[in-house]
Amino acid sequence: MDLRDTAEEAAFRAELRAWLEENLPGDIQGHRGGAARFEGEAMRAWSRALYDAGYAGLTWPKEYGGGGAPYTHQAILLEEMARAEAPPHVGVIGIGMAGPTIMAHGTEEHKARHLAPILSAEEIWCQGFSEPGAGSDLAGVRTSARLEDGHFVVDGQKVWSSFAHIADFCILLTRSDPESTRHAGLTYLIVDMKAPGVEVRPLTQITGEAEFNEIFFNAVEVPVENLLGEVGGGWQVAMTTLLHERGTLGFALQAALEVQVRKLATLARDRGADPIQRDKIAREWIEMQAVRYTNYRSLSQLMKTGLPGPEGSISKLVWSEANQRVTKLALELLGPDAPLWDGNAPYGGYWQYQQLRSRGNTIEAGTSEVLRNIVAERVLGLPKSR
Amino acid sequence: MDFTFTPEQDALREQARDFLTANSEPAWAELAELGWTGVSVAEEDGGAGLGFVEEAVIFEELGRALTKGPYLSTVAAVLPILPSELQAEVAAGEASWTLALGPLVPDLDTAQRIAVVGGDGIFELEGAEREILQTTDETRPLGVVRGGAPGRRLADSTALDEIRPRLLAALAIEACGVARRALEYAIEYAASREQFGRRIGVYQAVSHPLADAYTQLELARSLALWAAWCVAEQDELAPVAAAAAKASAAEAAVQVCETSIQVHGGIGFTWEHVLHRLYKRALWIESFAASGTSLRAEVAAYVLEGKKAPGPAPEPVLTQGG
Repeated sequence: MDLRDTAEEAAFRAELRAWLEENLPGDIQGHRGGAARFEGEAMRAWSRALYDAGYAGLTWPKEYGGGGAPYTHQAILLEEMARAEAPPHVGVIGIGMAGPTIMAHGTEEHKARHLAPILSAEEIWCQGFSEPGAGSDLAGVRTSARLEDGHFVVDGQKVWSSFAHIADFCILLTRSDPESTRHAGLTYLIVDMKAPGVEVRPLTQITGEAEFNEIFFNAVEVPVENLLGEVGGGWQVAMTTLLHERGTLGFALQAALEVQVRKLATLARDRGADPIQRDKIAREWIEMQAVRYTNYRSLSQLMKTGLPGPEGSISKLVWSEANQRVTKLALELLGPDAPLWDGNAPYGGYWQYQQLRSRGNTIEAGTSEVLRNIVAERVLGLPKSR
Repeated sequence: MDFTFTPEQDALREQARDFLTANSEPAWAELAELGWTGVSVAEEDGGAGLGFVEEAVIFEELGRALTKGPYLSTVAAVLPILPSELQAEVAAGEASWTLALGPLVPDLDTAQRIAVVGGDGIFELEGAEREILQTTDETRPLGVVRGGAPGRRLADSTALDEIRPRLLAALAIEACGVARRALEYAIEYAASREQFGRRIGVYQAVSHPLADAYTQLELARSLALWAAWCVAEQDELAPVAAAAAKASAAEAAVQVCETSIQVHGGIGFTWEHVLHRLYKRALWIESFAASGTSLRAEVAAYVLEGKKAPGPAPEPVLTQGG
């Protein structure tokens, strides 16, 4: 047990910190997230800069354009990016989900074609999993893929798809066997978002802006070469994607929470906090440290054994609820100014936006109810509820 | 960065768990024979020359087994301030200690010697009368000392700055051991008890509180191990980490025990089941040394004003009454 950086980690951290100081543009530093994270050229340019410096896909194998670095470097990267309030790479779906799935299940052609443009932010990916009738219960997917004349014909509707309106490609879970139910008969496809018959409609959300979208597929032709895994084997491929979504998320979330708690402390210093509010601030700082060291424990286990520790599975659950409390506490500290919005509010409306946005945190990427089931069944070994 | 235990530390935990499963009320001499009382004592004084992380492993297992005795008082509160020849006595199992920090002193029924704070020093209290008070947690009584006089000077009272994070971190990791056992009982019960024709663990009204109990315990344990490492390394954040860990772990232990009692239904509320003993130890830990509220006030002072150490300690009490 040694919680300090190794000499090699410290060198990486110092180099990264210096790079961020030098290269992070002032106008995107401290961005509020949400739709701002993919709007305009600035974010693409920033992602490209990360790529050129070797910080995109840090843990991806070198043969696919990644850094081949250990997970500890990824953790350091996320910590330092958070400390510098640098926005993340715009290709989060590509780097976190599509890329690892292609590496695990794709052909050599898939890898050669898709992986490098993901890292360089030349191509943006979105995810087509959830449907109006298949949310937490993903096995209820109904979007169909019919094989005819050497291509799949895709019909159906996906929803809650972040980045779809700017995406070049979609990882799509379809039902290829119309007679099948549940986990069988699903097929996983790579779909060109520019193909005829693909229609994207942004969904305005609680914050008044659109981060996610509906995607309609109307007789969209998808070449058979775009199949990932086997026809009918889509569920296994989808599980790889979700494993990566939840597996690499922990440190990003922890880093985001560190930024929030630091800003909360600034707010409390600026506007004052009574003893009860100070107690709540202390609770949130403690919880943030707890998430951090829980991630460290899980990561250390991963480095040693190749499998993350079970305690890592609680990161997203804890973060989402913590972020909701922190942002609401910020509104409490803002007092009568809390209802003001956007440019009329203190700090440009940062906290009002964050608080509303945080309500999505316990729903997106696995609802808290589903995550509690996962902890109960897979970690504690309780009997399955379904 | 490496936040895992070494194979030696894992072996120590395994030894502790096996021993404590077989011996529910070990004598002090037995603990010494196992090498536990001299873990952090220098090798030339008969100890193992290890550190606080190894001691934390033992605190956690002793908490899990709800062991009675002066281990925590001796090792967490007194051992590091003793001169080396007195440390050698502890390592050899010839002496055990408790520290009279406030009016209520733990382990007066089992600790052989008493350290007491007076003026600018910490002394051995000699010739004092001890009165044991009944406490809800029968495994860790409190008592008062009357009369007596300061004897041998053990250390400057500034040594308390080092003792306090040690004690808080030890209580935190002990609380994690208590909570772990309570959670294990609850999981076992929920996975076997049947009502309405199904095992009750299938009901989310049961399984989700258990998922939350696990979550709270793991978060607290991460803090407790962080604090233990900070204490072992004399990291400058040790006081803050220990305050955060104790506040969080004591609360987690109490809540995990309460969830476990609820999941057990009627049997969890009986004297016969061991749960109430775990629960009472958790409550004991929560009330001892410093409350969660006062510890969070220290954390807030660090977060908002950058204060790394707590404010002035409460007036030391030399002797009580008599």
